[in-house]
Amino acid sequence: MSAPTVLRRPSPARLSGPTGRRLPSWGTAALILAALAAYPLVFADSAAHNIGILALTFGIAATGWNLLGGYAGQVSFGHALYFGTGAYTTAALVRQGWSPWLAIALSLPLAALLAAAVGWPCFRLRHHYYSIATIAVAEIVFILVTNLPGLGQANGWELPVVEQSLANLQFSLLDKRPYYYVALGFFCLAALAVWLFLRGRAGNYVRAIRDDQEAAAAVGIDVHRYKLAAAALSGAVTALAGGYYVMYVLFVDPPSGLGLDLSVSFTLMAVLGGVGRFWGPLLGAWVLVFVQDVTRQEFSGSGRSVDLLLYGALIVLVSITEPGGLLAIGQRLWAPVARRLGGGRGGKAAPEPAGSAEVKP
Amino acid sequence: MTGALLRIDNLSCRFGGLWANRDVSFEVEPGAIVGLIGPNGAGKSTLFSMVAGAQRPTSGRLEFDGRDVTGWAPHRAARAGVGRTFQLMRVFGSMTVRENLTTAAFGRHSRLRDARRRADEVAELAGLGPVLDSPAASLTAAWKKRLEMGRALATEPKLLLLDEVLSGLTPTEAREAVEIVRTINRGGVTILMVEHVMEVIMPLCHRVVVLHYGQKISEGTPEQVAHDPTVVEAYLGKAL
Amino acid sequence: MTDLLQSVVNGLLIGAVFALVAVGLTLIYGVMDVVNFAHGEMVMLGMYTSFFAWSLLGLDPLLSIPLAGVSIALTGALMYFGAVGRVLGKSPLAQVIVTFGLQVFLRGLAQFLWTPNTRTVPRPWAAGLRWEIGPVVIGGPQVIMAVGALLATGAVAYFMNRTRLGGAVRAAGEDPAAASLMGIDPRKMYALCWVIAGLATGVAGALLMNSYSASPTAGVSFVLMAFVVVAFGGFGSITGAALAGLLVGVAQGVVGLYAPSYTLAAALALYLVVVLVRPQGLLGTR
Repeated sequence: MSAPTVLRRPSPARLSGPTGRRLPSWGTAALILAALAAYPLVFADSAAHNIGILALTFGIAATGWNLLGGYAGQVSFGHALYFGTGAYTTAALVRQGWSPWLAIALSLPLAALLAAAVGWPCFRLRHHYYSIATIAVAEIVFILVTNLPGLGQANGWELPVVEQSLANLQFSLLDKRPYYYVALGFFCLAALAVWLFLRGRAGNYVRAIRDDQEAAAAVGIDVHRYKLAAAALSGAVTALAGGYYVMYVLFVDPPSGLGLDLSVSFTLMAVLGGVGRFWGPLLGAWVLVFVQDVTRQEFSGSGRSVDLLLYGALIVLVSITEPGGLLAIGQRLWAPVARRLGGGRGGKAAPEPAGSAEVKP
Repeated sequence: MTGALLRIDNLSCRFGGLWANRDVSFEVEPGAIVGLIGPNGAGKSTLFSMVAGAQRPTSGRLEFDGRDVTGWAPHRAARAGVGRTFQLMRVFGSMTVRENLTTAAFGRHSRLRDARRRADEVAELAGLGPVLDSPAASLTAAWKKRLEMGRALATEPKLLLLDEVLSGLTPTEAREAVEIVRTINRGGVTILMVEHVMEVIMPLCHRVVVLHYGQKISEGTPEQVAHDPTVVEAYLGKAL
Repeated sequence: MTDLLQSVVNGLLIGAVFALVAVGLTLIYGVMDVVNFAHGEMVMLGMYTSFFAWSLLGLDPLLSIPLAGVSIALTGALMYFGAVGRVLGKSPLAQVIVTFGLQVFLRGLAQFLWTPNTRTVPRPWAAGLRWEIGPVVIGGPQVIMAVGALLATGAVAYFMNRTRLGGAVRAAGEDPAAASLMGIDPRKMYALCWVIAGLATGVAGALLMNSYSASPTAGVSFVLMAFVVVAFGGFGSITGAALAGLLVGVAQGVVGLYAPSYTLAAALALYLVVVLVRPQGLLGTR
């Protein structure tokens, strides 16, 4: 833990690119929502709907991850724990005959509490110490659930197939559009919750904590408390994804509900799309789910999968070229076009930091 | 003296076998500009950190605004009215200057609109207008120091701790910074400032405390301190 | 009692391999402040190298040690120059993510090229050896792995602590700015760390092929154990890692005797206790 030095000194500015664009405007939100709503009508086949459902569900989880990892700067590699909390709680209660809506709703505060309980000791650790600790916690739970009786162990749990209705959250597998629109509804809910958190004081505070913890404390921010708050909401949002996922596939076992790969995929989605950017995780989720679907079809049966290879390459590529992810790359490509098209507006969207810094004090 | 804003009472801090500060006592009266000087490694920064809550004292007592604040966490000290800058300029790099100030202002104003208004007032005061919408990470050192002051000011402190905000500036920049410090002080904020070089703060401070090897060796008006043989020796011994 | 003794001995022997894996991890961490999440995948690649040296060239795992060491050392250099070296000085997040991406990439590559099937060298030379000391049975492969791992770990420790070049690496880790003033190029030293880590993991991989199977996920459990070892030994401490490796090996052996499903969970729980209660490591002094 030697002192940070010249080479190690991070420049947080590279994390999130141009400021002031982090939170979406109503216009952008409406546009994205409209596109998402139109998707299952434009692509009518069941496979496309399946992609959409998974992308939205994982988009929820990755958006939850992004709140803690991207905005608050606490990189968790153990978010499968909260996804699993949602999945297992929902599965357990639905197997008892509960309404899935109620079951999912109940799993959210549970995951929030769990996230806070994990964060309480772990947030004293910084950077990769924290990241490794999150892996450890999630892996311990994974091993316990796999081995201890009572939670289905390695075999997992199946959920009963019941009458198809919105109340039961079960629909026809021939026409998956209801599943899609419910997922979209849940995504909007999650996005709204995260947006509300980020918009005011809390949002400023967690970003300040990410940029510089000591400086944040020096302006009166209770660092630990706001990390816990971000973790709790992040956990709850991720649990929402887990709860809905289990209702969609009607099955959960340790690898599909709590696995390290799952934690990795949330992180990858956020990083690929644009970490610390509001729509980044959703974009990353769509890309990854799509790539996974295409490659699984292409290489099915051989046991070889090219998707991991592609994910890994994409992640490495993104982190060495543009840590802001696909959204940042898109913005970079779009900026000159926008400038040419709109003149003033494009210039405003991409301020020239060098120019402003040259103003003499 | 009664009614001191900050009372430092036999404060000590030890790292391993090394005393960074040993039995330091002095007071800062409301409305004053007090300078804290001393050669490199005299323990100025440690003392500062203790007052700001960033470093736990090994022994001794800190009283601020009539309350015992010894060992308080930094955010509590800030809430109580201790604002500080960092020598190595720790701005919130991914935020604009305005966002930096707004974040700090949120401590006293929970509504975004009020915090923004406070941020704009501070920006005006600290002369941050020209860079208000620039990302803080892209600022030059001089601007960052100014932002540090502005950000601390936005928390509406009673006591402002300035850690070498004048060093490393060009003469023009330093003159402007001194002017800002004076303005802040006229607005009713008490100031305790660390400087490495004596000449810079002599004309600015009402009173000066000199640290050497972690201990207070002199205290008085700038005039008195400058002619104190102990101080002269401490500085000359260090070849300054 | 005999079982316990046997577990302690087995644990001690496999602990030497943990130490060898952990040495590279702690070296990269100590010098560069980077956590190599792809470390287990380097071990995995070493195992595959050794496997293919056997299946294609008929080499015993013992004979393929140099080949595996050199191959993974090259891989390490590639990882540094191709990815990790390019994010130094960028955001901390990019630094955490990049080795994570490498991990996913390498695992995916192995899965793609060689399928998820496990590959085993059927009868390595060492398997013919076997000793019985009182009631304790010691297998040849275990002894060979432990001896090889101890020698390699010792070599790394010697290099870092006793040679000029090793001193330069440490200097670059302690203060890159000062080191470059002294004519040491920190980036070259960082690259050297990756080469050494590659050598160590490659050798570990070849040694492991004496009794383990290669598969795309073969490195995972070793790297998780290595994290525990690094924490125990004190982040960045090579001697600490060597001692802690043996300790963790014994602990794992003993826990495995009573609750075989929970060895990893126990190790991770210990890890958490260590970083939360004694962040400088059990054996660290800072």
